[in-house]
Amino acid sequence: MKSPFVAPAWIALASLVGLVSALLGDGPYDVVSWVVFSGLIAVFVRAWIRRDRR
Amino acid sequence: MQRSAIKTWFVIHKWTSLVCTLFLLLLCLTGLPLIFGHEIEHLSGAEPELAPAPAGAPLRDLDEQVRTALKRYPGNVPLFVGWDPEAPTMYVNTGARVDTPPPAMQTVLLNTLTGEQVPAPQFNEGVMYFLLRLHTDLFLGLPGLLFMGAMGLLFVAALVSGLVLYGPFMRKQRFGTLRTGRSRRLAWLDLHNVLGVVTLGWALVVGLTGAINTLAKPLEQAWQSEQLGEFAAAYAGQPRPTRLSSLQDAVATARAAEPDMRPAFVSFPGTGYSGDHHYGVFMQGNTPLTERMYRPVLIDAQTGALTARPQLPTYMTVLLLSQPLHFGDYGSLPLKILWALLDIMTIIVLVSGLYLWFKRGSTATRVAEIERAQTQELA
Repeated sequence: MKSPFVAPAWIALASLVGLVSALLGDGPYDVVSWVVFSGLIAVFVRAWIRRDRR
Repeated sequence: MQRSAIKTWFVIHKWTSLVCTLFLLLLCLTGLPLIFGHEIEHLSGAEPELAPAPAGAPLRDLDEQVRTALKRYPGNVPLFVGWDPEAPTMYVNTGARVDTPPPAMQTVLLNTLTGEQVPAPQFNEGVMYFLLRLHTDLFLGLPGLLFMGAMGLLFVAALVSGLVLYGPFMRKQRFGTLRTGRSRRLAWLDLHNVLGVVTLGWALVVGLTGAINTLAKPLEQAWQSEQLGEFAAAYAGQPRPTRLSSLQDAVATARAAEPDMRPAFVSFPGTGYSGDHHYGVFMQGNTPLTERMYRPVLIDAQTGALTARPQLPTYMTVLLLSQPLHFGDYGSLPLKILWALLDIMTIIVLVSGLYLWFKRGSTATRVAEIERAQTQELA
C-alpha cells in the first residue's frame, strides 16, 4: 500500500497553488483558485457520500 | 512508527490542541462574518453604495478635503487620509493628538469629487468592529494580539503533530475512509482525520499568517525606528512642524515619482508611519499582489520636497503578504465563500477533536490504538 502521506502532500500542494494563484492576478488566476478550493471541498463531499455505514 | 515516537507526537498533539482549541473556535466563529465584512457593511447600509466616478472627472483639492473633515471635528488634527479604489470616496482619520490610537480616531468619509460628507458609521464602532477586536486582540491591545499569535502558533504545532499521527492511523486505510456504522468514536475520529487533512494546507497558511499578523505593531515599530530613523536623523533636534506644506502637492509629487502606482493612503507627520517630519504617501500597484506591496514615498512636510522612496524591508513585505493570505479577500466573492466553507470545516475539526478528547481513555490506550491501526483495521 502506498504511503498515507501521498494524498496529504498533493492536497497541501494544491492548497498552495490555490492560495497563491489569486494573489498573482485577476480573471483566470482567480478561477484557478476557485477550482482548487472547490476541488478540496469536493474531496470531502466524495468521502462523505462513499462513507462506510456498516 | 515506534511506540515512544507515537506517544511523543500524541502528547504534543493533545496538549497543543487542547490549549488553543477554545481560542481557535472563537477565531473561526468571529472570522466567518469578517470574511464577508465588506458585503455585510454594504447590505446593512454601513458602507454607502456610490457610482464610480466618471473617467477624468476633476477631483476636489485634498487640502480642502482635510479642512472639511476638520470642520466636522474641530480641535482635531489630521492623521491619515486614504482612498477606496472601488468608489469615489476617501476617508480622513482625525484625532485629538497625532498619536491617537485607532480606537479613539474619528473618521470622516468624503466624496472625492464634490467633497460632500458621505454618511457612514465610524470604523471603530458597531458589530463588525466588535467582532474584529474579539478576533484580533480580545480587546486587550498588544498583549491580546501576542496571545492570539501564540495560539496561532500552537494551532500550527497541532496541525503538524496531527499530520504525523495521521500516518499510522491511515496506514491500512484508503484515503478518505469514513466509517460511520461502527462506534460513534470511530466515526468522529475518521471525520477528524479526513477533514483535518483536506483543510491542512489552507489551515497551515491561515494559522501561520494569522500569527504573523499579530506582530504587525512591533514590526511596524521596528521599521519606524530602523529605516525611517535614517531619514529622521537629518531632522534631529527639530520640532515637529506645526504648519504643513500642501497635501495635494505631496500626493502629486509621489504620483510623479511612482507613475505606475496609485496612492493608497497618506500618513501625517507624527502618526508613527512616516516619522515626525514627513508625509508618508503609500503607493500601491494594480494587481492583487502589488496592491498590497506598498511603496512609501516620504515627502518633507515643511518644504514639500521628496526625501526618499525607501524599499520596504523583507519583514514588512512578509507582513503585508500575510494579510490577504489570512483574510481571503483577494479572489472575489467565490473565494470568500470557499474560504468560509473551509473555515466551517475547520470548526468541525476542532469540535470533533474536543469530542475525541472527552471520550478519551488513558494516553496509553490511545497510543495502543494508534499502534494497532498501523497493522490492522480499527473496530
